[in-house]
Amino acid sequence: MTTITVSVNGKAVTRDISDNTLLSDFLREDLRLTGTHVGCDTSQCGACVVHVDGTAVKSCTALAVSLDGANVTTVEGVSTGGDLHPMQRAFNDNHGLQCGFCTPGMIMAGIDIVNRYQAEGKTLTEDAIRAELEGNICRCTGYHNIVRSIEDAAAEMAGMSKAAE
Amino acid sequence: MSDGIGARVKRKEDKRFITGKGKYTDDIRTENQAYAAFVRCPVAHAKINGINADAALAMEGVIAIHTGPEMKEDGIGDMITGWAITSKDGSPMNCGVWNPMVTTYGRYVGDAIAIVVAETQAQARAAAEAVELDYEELPATVFTGDALNDGAAQVHENVPGNMIYDWEIGDEAKANAGLANAHHVTELEMVNNRLSPNPMEPRSAVAIYDEAEDHYTLYTTSQNPHVARLVLSAFYNVAPEHKLRVIAPDVGGGFGSKIYIYPEEITCLWASMKTGRSVKWTSDRTEAFLTDAHGRDHVTKATMGFDADGRIVAFKTDTIANIGAYVSLFATVTPTYLHGTLLSGCYDMPAIYGNVKAVHTNTAPVDAYRGAGRPEATYTIERMMETAAREMGMDPAELRRKNFINEFPYQTEVILQYDSGDYHKLLDMAQKEADVAGFEARKAEAASRGKLRGIGYSTFVEACGLAPSAAVGSLGSAVGLWESAEVRVNPVGTIEILTGSHSHGQSHQTTFAQLAADRFGVPIDNVQVIHGDTDKVQFGMGTYGSRSGPVGMSAIMKALDKVEAKAKKIAAHTLEASEDDLVIENGEVKVAGTDKKMAWHEIGLAAYIAHNLPEGMEPGLKETAFFDPVNFSFPSGALICEVEVDPDTGVTEIVKFTAVDDFGTIINPMVVEGQVHGGVTQGIGQAMLEGVVHDESGQLLTASYMDYAMPRADDVPSYTLDHNSTPSPLNPLGIKGCGEAGAIGSPPAVINAITDAIGNNDLDMPATPSKVWAALQAVKPAMAAE
Ligand code: FES
Ligand code: FES
Repeated sequence: MTTITVSVNGKAVTRDISDNTLLSDFLREDLRLTGTHVGCDTSQCGACVVHVDGTAVKSCTALAVSLDGANVTTVEGVSTGGDLHPMQRAFNDNHGLQCGFCTPGMIMAGIDIVNRYQAEGKTLTEDAIRAELEGNICRCTGYHNIVRSIEDAAAEMAGMSKAAE
Repeated sequence: MSDGIGARVKRKEDKRFITGKGKYTDDIRTENQAYAAFVRCPVAHAKINGINADAALAMEGVIAIHTGPEMKEDGIGDMITGWAITSKDGSPMNCGVWNPMVTTYGRYVGDAIAIVVAETQAQARAAAEAVELDYEELPATVFTGDALNDGAAQVHENVPGNMIYDWEIGDEAKANAGLANAHHVTELEMVNNRLSPNPMEPRSAVAIYDEAEDHYTLYTTSQNPHVARLVLSAFYNVAPEHKLRVIAPDVGGGFGSKIYIYPEEITCLWASMKTGRSVKWTSDRTEAFLTDAHGRDHVTKATMGFDADGRIVAFKTDTIANIGAYVSLFATVTPTYLHGTLLSGCYDMPAIYGNVKAVHTNTAPVDAYRGAGRPEATYTIERMMETAAREMGMDPAELRRKNFINEFPYQTEVILQYDSGDYHKLLDMAQKEADVAGFEARKAEAASRGKLRGIGYSTFVEACGLAPSAAVGSLGSAVGLWESAEVRVNPVGTIEILTGSHSHGQSHQTTFAQLAADRFGVPIDNVQVIHGDTDKVQFGMGTYGSRSGPVGMSAIMKALDKVEAKAKKIAAHTLEASEDDLVIENGEVKVAGTDKKMAWHEIGLAAYIAHNLPEGMEPGLKETAFFDPVNFSFPSGALICEVEVDPDTGVTEIVKFTAVDDFGTIINPMVVEGQVHGGVTQGIGQAMLEGVVHDESGQLLTASYMDYAMPRADDVPSYTLDHNSTPSPLNPLGIKGCGEAGAIGSPPAVINAITDAIGNNDLDMPATPSKVWAALQAVKPAMAAE
């Protein structure tokens, strides 16, 4: 057992955990944040994507003990003050989800993709979105509307970062 | 009405999913929660002499370990199948016994042998690993094409030659005569590859036994919780129906694989009684690959004859269908009445004969997967049409047009009577959308870049809206396939729709609510859809076979009719008007041509306050309806796929995919398009990527996403969709169903496009780069210079 303190969705939590606890299990079982999903056991599906210190990470591949002092954001933590994140809104606007199981991972991956491209000043084309989604599987939507959702959110997020400048 | 029928209403269910607040089975944790893991058969066929669980029982946190023979002793029943098929010689089908946990023989890798219950999931899984098995390995039959061979290993003692049934449909003599006189005969042998459905949410169960009430609750990943309760109760003897509540909360996709009631769910219920603990089991992905029912797995030989003018004169197919080690719930009907009856496709065929031999093998059970039988039929027919056109030097679209059915209703030679359609229009629209006219130019341009460009068609019809109860009963179904609905108007005028359909991605919370919004002009936010809980909804048959629209929504329409009739009676009485003069508009009941009216909520209130109701009327405003369809519905479509093949590597890219469908009436085009996107992607997965592979000994080689290729975002294009509606005359909405169309129609379009590009008709799914490359080499002209 090791004691870790992690900031999860802006709140500091301290827990005793066994050294082999995966971040996905820590979130789901210890913190009961069940928005982070587990869809495979080989780090292939991306249903478990969260942000660690602002970067997308497959939470099924990270050991919770390695995250002492880190900032973790899950899908439960991306909306602010009751307002949905533009990525969440875009998934609703564009029918980017059906059963919803892959959705938390898609939203977290989507935000990370847009942030990275915008930080580097690169254009986010449809091809780029499809290539970037390589680590996220959706069995329901055929990706068509997920791509539309991310394109849509990217436009809104670009507007937001402009406004913030 | 902006939220009514035909509107692109955004989904009401989305908020909880996009904020991480969905409630899937594995998200549920009860008090007193214990966790289960299964000890599974490590080989494809074995005699299990016993287990040694001493070491495992001594491990930390382990509560209990139980086996199949104990379960049998407690009176838990054997697994059942829901459809009895009769062989062509009149004999009943022969199928092996399936114990929920092995009693003597393990018959596939993954067959459940023992359940381990422990305090945590990790402890349960570790202890399951530590259980020692005493077993003798036996010879196994693994591959579909081998099962009927002389000397093939017997999967079940009571199923000689592994033959479950030898079934036929159509008229063999007539088909033979047609072929004998045909001007041209096309023959093909095809493999319809075995698939793993792979909903992203793995199966899961939380079973709770309440000793004080002698009552069970099961949370489970089910497409049809009432059917699960019925089967668990009536056949597996877990508990009588009134002592068993089944809840299918948010379910993360199903595609057929969550129709069935699997050994794990039954065993968890039984184990919760044995241990006095709430028992939770969640499959990992490897277990899902091993134990979720697989789909397809047919080997088919097809022969089609044409006259000199290109008209089909006869069609004959010979299929071996792999059912796996055990006969799962709908496994027997998939290759027969959901496949053989579709062999006419959208063509006027004067003679058809289909033979299907269903076989046991030492592999996981195979059952209905998105489309179920209809994709197999469509694949066979559409590969034949394209190949025949090439052989006869005809345009494949023209060959189809020549043979299209033009008049409806149309009686096929294989039982079904099609309701409505306009196949020419669909093909015309698809050709326009796909810019077929510009194809040759695009092909030349691709050639200038060293790429081979090909185009392929698929025009198809499917039987959906499962299913007329008496008709399926006469064909061997153990159940009727109607649907039920209840519409409750509350005293404040808000509406609850209770339905026996189940949404696991289909958007019912929105589209079903649109029906009530449309009918009464109330805001869609005032309508709630309730499903998935046997304590809340009286009964229902669930969601599969594209039935929630044509059957589920029809039941809601009938209940709405009854509510409307009663509401009008109340309004007529209150307003002192004739019912015939009343119209419902924008949430008000008005007397036409006057300013007399009642708001919808006033009617709700009047019904419940009951101070002034018409003489003899019961208070309240709540109605129930059952809808039993008189026939299947018959959606159809025309798909065109365009590909580019790199001749050096065999790598194939889909550059354009066009789908024009006829789903009859469309309630929410946004939702319907989403269903097509997903279905087509699964079809492209089957055509180019996916395939369950076993080694010779029956070990599963594709048991993870490292080995089983799922379609990913960069494997598929954005789609071009359109639709034309010929409403079904057979249900109140004219709706035909859209859930399976994409998966049914798309595989042959893809393969037809690739075979067009490479100039070789001999190509099996999945058309991986290595297969495409090899097929290309086989027809490459020998290079003179070499
Ligand atoms: S659960 Fe993490 S990638 Fe699948
Ligand atoms: S919405 Fe179901 S897996 Fe993506």
